[in-house]
Amino acid sequence: MRAIHYREIEGSGGFWALVGLLALLLAAGLTAAYFMEHIGHIITGMTNQVVWGMPHVFAVFLIVAASGALNTASIASVFGRVAYKPLARLSGLLAIALLIGGLAILVLDLGRPDRLGVAMTHYNFRSIFAWNIFLYTGFIAVTGCYLWVMMERRLNRHSRTVGTVAFLWRLILTTGTGSIFGLLMARKPYDEAIMAPMFIVMSLAFGLSIFILVLMAACRAGARPLGEATLMRLKNLLGVFAAGLLYFLLVFHLTKLYEAKFIGAEAFILWSGGPYTVLFWFGVVFLGGVLPMLLFWLPPTRRSRAAVGWGSASVVVGGLALVYDIIIGGQAWPLSIFPGMQVSSSFYDGVVGFYAPSLPECALGLGGCALALLITLLGLKLLPFLPETLADEGN
Amino acid sequence: MTGRPAAPRGIGHQVDEDRRRFLGVAAVSALVLAPGVSLLAYAEEQGGKQGASARTRWGLLIDTTKCRSSCTACVTACSSYNGWKNEGRPTDPQWIRKVQVTDPETGLSRSVPVMCQHCAKAPCVEVCPTGASFKRADGIVLVDRHICIGCRYCMMACPYKARSFLSEEISGQKPWAPRGKGTVEGCTLCVERIDAGQVPACVQACAREGSGAMTFGDLKDPASAISRALAEHPSVQLRADLMLDPGVQYQGVP
Repeated sequence: MRAIHYREIEGSGGFWALVGLLALLLAAGLTAAYFMEHIGHIITGMTNQVVWGMPHVFAVFLIVAASGALNTASIASVFGRVAYKPLARLSGLLAIALLIGGLAILVLDLGRPDRLGVAMTHYNFRSIFAWNIFLYTGFIAVTGCYLWVMMERRLNRHSRTVGTVAFLWRLILTTGTGSIFGLLMARKPYDEAIMAPMFIVMSLAFGLSIFILVLMAACRAGARPLGEATLMRLKNLLGVFAAGLLYFLLVFHLTKLYEAKFIGAEAFILWSGGPYTVLFWFGVVFLGGVLPMLLFWLPPTRRSRAAVGWGSASVVVGGLALVYDIIIGGQAWPLSIFPGMQVSSSFYDGVVGFYAPSLPECALGLGGCALALLITLLGLKLLPFLPETLADEGN
Repeated sequence: MTGRPAAPRGIGHQVDEDRRRFLGVAAVSALVLAPGVSLLAYAEEQGGKQGASARTRWGLLIDTTKCRSSCTACVTACSSYNGWKNEGRPTDPQWIRKVQVTDPETGLSRSVPVMCQHCAKAPCVEVCPTGASFKRADGIVLVDRHICIGCRYCMMACPYKARSFLSEEISGQKPWAPRGKGTVEGCTLCVERIDAGQVPACVQACAREGSGAMTFGDLKDPASAISRALAEHPSVQLRADLMLDPGVQYQGVP
């Protein structure tokens, strides 16, 4: 195999224009957070029925995608597939950037973001949330070390060891994120242990799709060759991950449909939930799973680079739809305090919760995405994360 | 004249000076420390008398056969006593609410007051990352507003929808029920009234203006009114399948 030469990306006019645009989005997100904190969450669409809104959708999506973005590096270091090695540094950078973006949203959506210090000094270790604080910060530290040993030639020999730690860490991290929902026995749309491994498969799909999009954009903007074999390999992997996610969703919903107590909640998501049902079938199943697989593997488009891009973007949109359906749809379905009874009250008992995302929430969510991309762009500009060429061997 | 020989003047003078200085320091120290020590002793004594004790488990029994749908005495009392207001918006807090529960098969309908169930194994306490959600030794589940970060995970975890998030500035707070924008709140079982030997505001209002459907007391005391009522008639815990052992129990729920 030929030697890999990494180089920082050039700061063209287009680069700085993109940095400027992302900085504006970030500023809009911070402004939204400022108003949410000073006026209160009353300016959002969140209520006492739907307590987690759009910021959580973006935050959970980014956090889940972060652990998945690291997989390209893991395939190279842990599983010894040398073809993926040139992509490993970008994989690590993207993982850290996405996680920071997601965490920023999560913190700024707190009722009291000024009490971040309290969250860092008071721990209830029976809470999966408290564990996640360690898992998230630890992931940034471990991935940072991983990047260091990959980029410092004298330490390269430790890549496999540190890479294995990072790989295991990411598995535990996503298990923790899935368990935030899986352990909620009070709510019927959640309360399934399978949510932890399902989140791992979600992370594989979301993370790789964002990785492919960033890689294609960076290579195109910097006029760096991106070999067909490399791209097709990534595309095939993403197709398998999308199929894996569909499989987990099938098992998840079939398991729930088998238990009578869950049928009401299942019916809500699968056929009577209005926007949540549309999101599930069109967003999650079609855009997130079926369409990418068709684009990746049907003869007319299976060698097309554009199809790889569109398929990856489709997985991202489907992923956001899935997280929205899980978080918002799961809360919109009313709690069953009196099973089998008809209920009504001034506190919307027995009523499907209404939620409409507000502008500040969307601004905060997009601001977090902008932060993640900004970190990625500046990382690529300042340090040699991207190889000079990703052309196929022999070209 | 015989007597003890006088100590050499110089040495005796020095000893006296040292003793005097020592006594002076001791006296000043005693003056400074005594009130503090006394206060500590007093606080310990009072704490022993008034602090929550695991020998007690406060509970509530609600007989829904007595509770009228038209009566909201418990809700009104809680709202005015603790200073929260429900103006009909989905963002408004509700520490206690009346749920109309109807059996679709038989048509039997009851009005059921629902508030924090003060579970022995409270999910809100389990999931709270900072420990702001906590349970006193006597079973009362509370939120420490000083360390609540407003993550709302407790609201996701509570099976009874018993908690509210304060999403805007408020006025008219009561000194005994401090509240804060950006934090989570819920029924405290009027903990300060209980510590002062009184019953919760809802129980008092139900007895005075309602139909006396609520019985408050110590579940661990077999002689208490609540224990005797529970022993006489069957009662249920809401979502008993979750095995959370709520301190609030009901009779006559369809």
